[in-house]
Amino acid sequence: MVAVFQPGGNMIPEVLTFGRTGFADELLRGALMTVYIAAAAFMLGLFLGQFGAMAKLYGGPISRLVAGFYTTVIRGIPELVLILFLFFAGTRGISAVGQAVGYGPIQVNGTLAAILVLGFVQGAYSTEVFRGAILAVPIGQIEAARAFGMSRFQTFYRIIFPAMLPNAIPGLANLWLSVIKDTSLIVVTGAGGELFQATKTAAGFTKRYFLFYLVSGIIYLVLTLTSNFLLVRLERYVRRSQSKLA
Amino acid sequence: MKRFKTLLIAAAAFAAFSSVAMADIVFGTDAAPYPPFTSQNAAGEWEGWEYEAMLGVCAEMNEKCTMVPIAWDGIIPALLEKKFDGIFGSMAMNDKRKLQINFSEMYYDSTTVVIGPKGGEKNFTPETFNGKTIGIQAGTSNANYVEKYYVPTGAIVKAYKGQDEVNADLLAGRIDFIVADAVALKPFLDSSEGACCDVLGAVPMDVAILGNGVGVGLRKEDTALLEKINAAIKAFANKGGFEALSKKYKLEGLMLTAAKG
Amino acid sequence: MDWSWLPKFLPLLPHGIFVTIQLLVLTMVFGVLLAIPLGLVQVTGPKWLASLARGYCTLLRGTPLLIQLYLLYYGLGSVFSSYPELRQSIFWPILREGYYYAVLAFVLNEAGYMGEIMRGAFLSVPKGELEAARAYGMSPFQVLRRVWLPRAFRNALPAIGGETILTLKATPLAALVTVVDIFSVADRVRQETYIIYEPLIMVMMVYLILTFIITRIFGHIERQIPVRH
Repeated sequence: MVAVFQPGGNMIPEVLTFGRTGFADELLRGALMTVYIAAAAFMLGLFLGQFGAMAKLYGGPISRLVAGFYTTVIRGIPELVLILFLFFAGTRGISAVGQAVGYGPIQVNGTLAAILVLGFVQGAYSTEVFRGAILAVPIGQIEAARAFGMSRFQTFYRIIFPAMLPNAIPGLANLWLSVIKDTSLIVVTGAGGELFQATKTAAGFTKRYFLFYLVSGIIYLVLTLTSNFLLVRLERYVRRSQSKLA
Repeated sequence: MKRFKTLLIAAAAFAAFSSVAMADIVFGTDAAPYPPFTSQNAAGEWEGWEYEAMLGVCAEMNEKCTMVPIAWDGIIPALLEKKFDGIFGSMAMNDKRKLQINFSEMYYDSTTVVIGPKGGEKNFTPETFNGKTIGIQAGTSNANYVEKYYVPTGAIVKAYKGQDEVNADLLAGRIDFIVADAVALKPFLDSSEGACCDVLGAVPMDVAILGNGVGVGLRKEDTALLEKINAAIKAFANKGGFEALSKKYKLEGLMLTAAKG
Repeated sequence: MDWSWLPKFLPLLPHGIFVTIQLLVLTMVFGVLLAIPLGLVQVTGPKWLASLARGYCTLLRGTPLLIQLYLLYYGLGSVFSSYPELRQSIFWPILREGYYYAVLAFVLNEAGYMGEIMRGAFLSVPKGELEAARAYGMSPFQVLRRVWLPRAFRNALPAIGGETILTLKATPLAALVTVVDIFSVADRVRQETYIIYEPLIMVMMVYLILTFIITRIFGHIERQIPVRH
């Protein structure tokens, strides 16, 4: 398309070069930021998901209610709306908590806010993945552990957790891919500095919308394909001790 | 538990890493490009009349300042959330905003105009826009103006997140008119793509909606900062700082800047 | 909590809900229609076609929907300025409106995800039923129409239900390209009143209610057509 490539023999348009006149370095920095935000949010999500799953499966009525509310509400509302709401409401909550503890108003910068918001949302989805994975652990193993006299905590740490991991990987892999793509939604807050925001800035500055959105899509594709490749190897590693038909 | 702890520590480390130490004063501005006032160039730096005005005003205060982008339609809530210290983003000082925040002295004032196809109706009335599509940036005083005056007479409004997107759609022909700031639309009209369109004229003034100029937005309780900034704006104006910037960006005579006090 | 804006802005909500449901229904209907050949060709068809389908699904699932939407709307938009003749053509009313771009982006994206679902669904139909149908002398197309597709579709229903919910959650993106849906109501209120939380809370509740309704509808449909297992 004429809009994409400039005539003149130079295959790479000048706006796409590295350095002062090109946006390529900004895009790459955005891509790194995307991976960073996604990774941090994903880990926060895993952390929350563990607690959530345990609350739902082993907790008392209140824990179950709270966890159930958390998963139903967060999974039933569009991420775009949630991100906007949590970004403007959530940080007020964190500031309030901080002030109650005597910390003074905490200024949460855009990137951290994005991580917290995405992580909080990921937590709800992770809870369901972990819950399913734990339920899939053969009950016999758990019974045997209890028969051996292991405490509930020991049972979880030694038996359930390792057995549940392979079951959880496909679900978690999906969540990882979706968190990478959901980082693009942060653009509605204007903060965060991730890839899509950088793309919009570049496209808006140069008016070359088609070019930059295309390049950005390619970068996301590279991120997801690489993740896919690594995740397949990871699953194979985690399942290495299981019989091939498991 | 070991894996647990590692996850927890890693997450905390990530989070801590992100909490960048804030500079002395942080100003929020529109994340979407708004040349010639604020935009981010290919080198990843902020540039523009307003960005340099901010630097000048800050120098007068002997403070170090940075600019952070934020979505325009959420900028006031973000300020109230204490995400930054002030708004330095061509924010018109209209009545509704004055209820929420305080404004500094005016540092520039320019006209709101209607932009349309070349040869379009120059003596327009609200009825001219009946059935036509007007594009505005969400959260701007221009959007409020169009809501009040042109929607009741049948105009169709399309709201966009950034002024550059509005311009892009005017270019693409998806909207018929734009109501926006004259100076902000100048780079677009001066460019080769902008040859399609022209300024059709200024809209009848309504100070309550369009405000009398733009100022720095601050939280109501930050009275000390307000005084500092007002003093700094006056000082910068007295030095001819704003005029020098207007000269640099070729905007002389196009807008009013802060008067020498 | 400040709900003073409700009387003035509540009337906007029904139209917004209507637009959202329109987007949802159009996306699911055309998405499934497009997904059927995508899934089928990966099970039966020639290798190269199957690879194409596979590549399509990978592409659409590997990039954010937001990028796809922006690429279509603003990307194509930046091409339009070079062709002013387009504005006279009969397609212009469609090319003008963000609504159609949103539907197209959602449909293409949804087909990418559902292609995988339909592939699994086609594989899940017991071979015996297909062989019996062929033994009866039905042509491959008749087998598809009378046995394979209905059975596959029924097996896919729970997943399609899940995808419908996911599509509902994707619809707010349309507000970013000037479509006036439920989400844009919150934007309108915020613009006029600077109130940000309460409108979002109301919008979130509307989405929750819609999610609940959709889940019930699919539960009902699944019960109507039992699966023998």
